Amino acid sequence: MTDGPTPASDAPRTPRPPAAPVFGLVLAGGLSSRMQRDKAAIEYQGRSQLERAVELAAKYLPEVFVSVRAGQAADPSRARYPLIVDSVPGEGPIVGIRSALAARPDVAWLVLACDLPFLSDAALSQLLAERDPTASATAFRSAHDGLPEPLCAIWEPKAAAELAAYQAAEGRCPRKFLIRHGAKILEPRDRRALDNINTPDEYHEALRSFDGEASTGMQLKIQYYALMREQAGRSDETLETTASTPADLYSELKARYGFTLSREQLKVAVNSEFAAWSHKLAAGDSVVFIPPVAGG
Amino acid sequence: MSFRFAHDPIDTATARAELLDPGAGGFVTFEGWVRDFNEGREVTALEYEAFQALAVKEGARIVAEAVARFPVRHALCIHRVGRLALTDMAVWVGVSATHRGEAFDACRFIIDAVKHRVPIWKKEHYRNGDSGWVNCEACAAGPGAAAPAHGHEPAQAHGHEPNAA
Repeated sequence: MTDGPTPASDAPRTPRPPAAPVFGLVLAGGLSSRMQRDKAAIEYQGRSQLERAVELAAKYLPEVFVSVRAGQAADPSRARYPLIVDSVPGEGPIVGIRSALAARPDVAWLVLACDLPFLSDAALSQLLAERDPTASATAFRSAHDGLPEPLCAIWEPKAAAELAAYQAAEGRCPRKFLIRHGAKILEPRDRRALDNINTPDEYHEALRSFDGEASTGMQLKIQYYALMREQAGRSDETLETTASTPADLYSELKARYGFTLSREQLKVAVNSEFAAWSHKLAAGDSVVFIPPVAGG
Repeated sequence: MSFRFAHDPIDTATARAELLDPGAGGFVTFEGWVRDFNEGREVTALEYEAFQALAVKEGARIVAEAVARFPVRHALCIHRVGRLALTDMAVWVGVSATHRGEAFDACRFIIDAVKHRVPIWKKEHYRNGDSGWVNCEACAAGPGAAAPAHGHEPAQAHGHEPNAA
């Protein structure tokens, strides 16, 4: 974490031309063959992936476009947005990226796949803050395979010619392009943001984790009794946390409320049953810290 | 229900009737009462609070353990919650058994285990206006069977005083 890139160290020492403005491009032209249904239309928390991605990008960028294949321009779920229709030959996301760079040679494009349900404010703001406009692209390193992730990345205007040459030489993988062309690579602070969803199984797993959970952590219900209730000043609360065990959660809450009891003096219950301090918490769990009891 | 909470005074006649059994030759009860002093301080009232969703499960497990272990015919424990005055009954345990020996043993086992294992808390109100949550005094005493399940380290548990000044 602490050895991650620091934007300041890359700051230009000599005057350079101002960086191109960044527009958003949400890719919605995929064939969704493994998913067996249109990925862009898949819903989480009542909104389609496409809507979610466009809305998130629009919070940060002055203009957001949706990338589609020629045959998709009339699709109602896509036609409501400004579109960039594929204008170069070939297949795959490289075509969408090149078409956007061709449509507006004066802007950089923050390109987003539309199958990133966990994409977060943290990820987009880091990408924009640590962008290097002198590189061909700024991209995150995947937490899974360590390779650059081309579909949550900023593509600079200069990449247009390089991508054209790469594709002319039979290349079609934007990830390989990033590896070869020395893109600026960032270590993602929100490691989950780039988890993509390609199969029905992955979709159902994502849905389960969305159950009562937001993209930065999960929601837990905490109930307080006796001394804990008096020190917390409440008998229950629902909170957003990144704590994954009761032990982590107690550290967080002890810091917040100044609980006088140490963890060793307590027991803990999850969903109304005694649990270990290392118990893996899940979204929606109900947690109770149990101070020394005194019945009878 | 072999363990339950009562918000009003415990109806011991009804509780006793639940344990009647033609095969039982003995019946033992324990009543816990609100006392006017604790650890050298004058107590004027008690407040009981429970994490009931877990407490009824743990209480039922204790009673089932007692019935299986001694063995006895039937057993029941009822615990009060809310504010109690001096001489009020805080807890009632009843056991019916074929013979008196098992009934005494099971009754003692149940009240000890309930005090150590069930998530119930007691706030004492003192003559001088202070109040405080009572620690688990048995942590330091550490009597046999119930202590390991209780899980608190004796010295630590006893080391924290209620936040009454």
